[in-house]
Amino acid sequence: MKARFAILLATAALALCALASVAPRALAADTPDPVAEAKLFRDYFTNKFPKVKLEDFVNGPYSMNEDMHKQWLEKEEFPPYQFALDAGKEMFEKPFKNGKTYADCFPDGGIGIRQNYPYFDEKEGKVVTLELALNRCREANGEAPYSYVKDDMASLTAYMAFTSRGKPFDIKIPNDPRALEAYQDGKRYFYTRRGQLNFSCAGCHVQSPGERLRAEVLAPALGILNAMPIYRSEWSGMGTISRRLTTCNSQTRAVPLAPQSDEYRNLEYYLSYLSNGLPISGPGARP
Amino acid sequence: MRAPLVIAGLLVAASVPALAASSEADFKTAYAAAEAAEKQAGNLRNQWLTTEAALTDAKKAADAGNFDQAIASAKEAEALAKASIFQATSEKERWKDMEIR
Amino acid sequence: MASTIRVRAISSGDITEVQALVQHPMDSGFVKDAQGALIPAHFIQQLTFEYGGKTVFLADWGPAVSKDPYVKFSFKGAKKGDDLKISWVDNKGATDATTAKIQ
Repeated sequence: MKARFAILLATAALALCALASVAPRALAADTPDPVAEAKLFRDYFTNKFPKVKLEDFVNGPYSMNEDMHKQWLEKEEFPPYQFALDAGKEMFEKPFKNGKTYADCFPDGGIGIRQNYPYFDEKEGKVVTLELALNRCREANGEAPYSYVKDDMASLTAYMAFTSRGKPFDIKIPNDPRALEAYQDGKRYFYTRRGQLNFSCAGCHVQSPGERLRAEVLAPALGILNAMPIYRSEWSGMGTISRRLTTCNSQTRAVPLAPQSDEYRNLEYYLSYLSNGLPISGPGARP
Repeated sequence: MRAPLVIAGLLVAASVPALAASSEADFKTAYAAAEAAEKQAGNLRNQWLTTEAALTDAKKAADAGNFDQAIASAKEAEALAKASIFQATSEKERWKDMEIR
Repeated sequence: MASTIRVRAISSGDITEVQALVQHPMDSGFVKDAQGALIPAHFIQQLTFEYGGKTVFLADWGPAVSKDPYVKFSFKGAKKGDDLKISWVDNKGATDATTAKIQ
């Protein structure tokens, strides 16, 4: 009887030890430390690609492949996004029917501010992206909102990105548990497998940057939003962040969420924060 | 000799429309089950395009009166929807293993 | 209306390098829209670059050229400050032309 009890005690003790060794690990994943995580994220990519300068990660596949880099240099001489950029400037400067302009909705008249988006709105308790802010500006001034995935929004965000070229991403996480939650939700979305093809964003952009997915060279997750919006040869046109996120979803055979859904806003917040310090290079061009 | 044959023939003739009617009812049951599963997947924000395609195929086949095909598609849709639900629940915590640490 | 042609011609020694980006849908006529109807063919058939009254580059295009085509080529014998004339005609008979100064 005593022996049996001793064995029981021993196994209980062992189980407790196992639990104790597992628990801190699980806890670490639950309470995020954005500052530490951003550094780990950056180090992961700079270690993986030691020959790529930190600021060059914003060029995605063009920094991953020598041949593509040559093509990119040529493209930059006479970029395909020129038409969208010019259209975007015109749209940005044209007053609404009520006489106001986009400049009235944004700090600094909307010029050179793209690197501050998305931000966590403490009044609303949610992440606000640039695309969302632009449509809210339109609606507040009696104009119909633009589709998040079509040319108008792409042209507008192209111009705003252009006015911020070279400025480093400066995303803030205020001392608000809801902001931390949004960051964590973005992280969760990024690493979770989805779609019938069972891919996560991380599967391509953390595990396989520089490698090929069919004919495309995959971009690293570090700096992946800095060049947005992009003229994509595959689309023969411009695409917003919303367009890319929804199409990425459908490419894994997942039904895309509505553009600017909470998950997408949080994902953009998470990815942008991790790219703090890297320069805005938008609008960009991609294969 | 002929009478039983005729009766048998009549019985077969009578049962064939009965078979077709049960097919439509079977289809409706199968489709409802598929739709319910897809709705559940929707609540989990994890639906698949292939599920939606199978549901559409089922509807199309049913509209054309091809209930065997319609039921097959509906069952496939249900299976796909259930797989997507399984994915949502099993991946719920597993993503943490992938995180750069 | 803004020109559909963006051009840059840079002279270095005897060689002038020309880049041009032309805004045009370049619909091949084989693509269907969301409703399943064919989008009619609408593409540039001829793109011409002229210098000093002579054609220095002529492109005969068809449905295989993609939207907003980009062209790059070099030619000899031009000087800085001279004019380069670019024009195109599409299959619907529409045209556009512009003149750029060689830099």
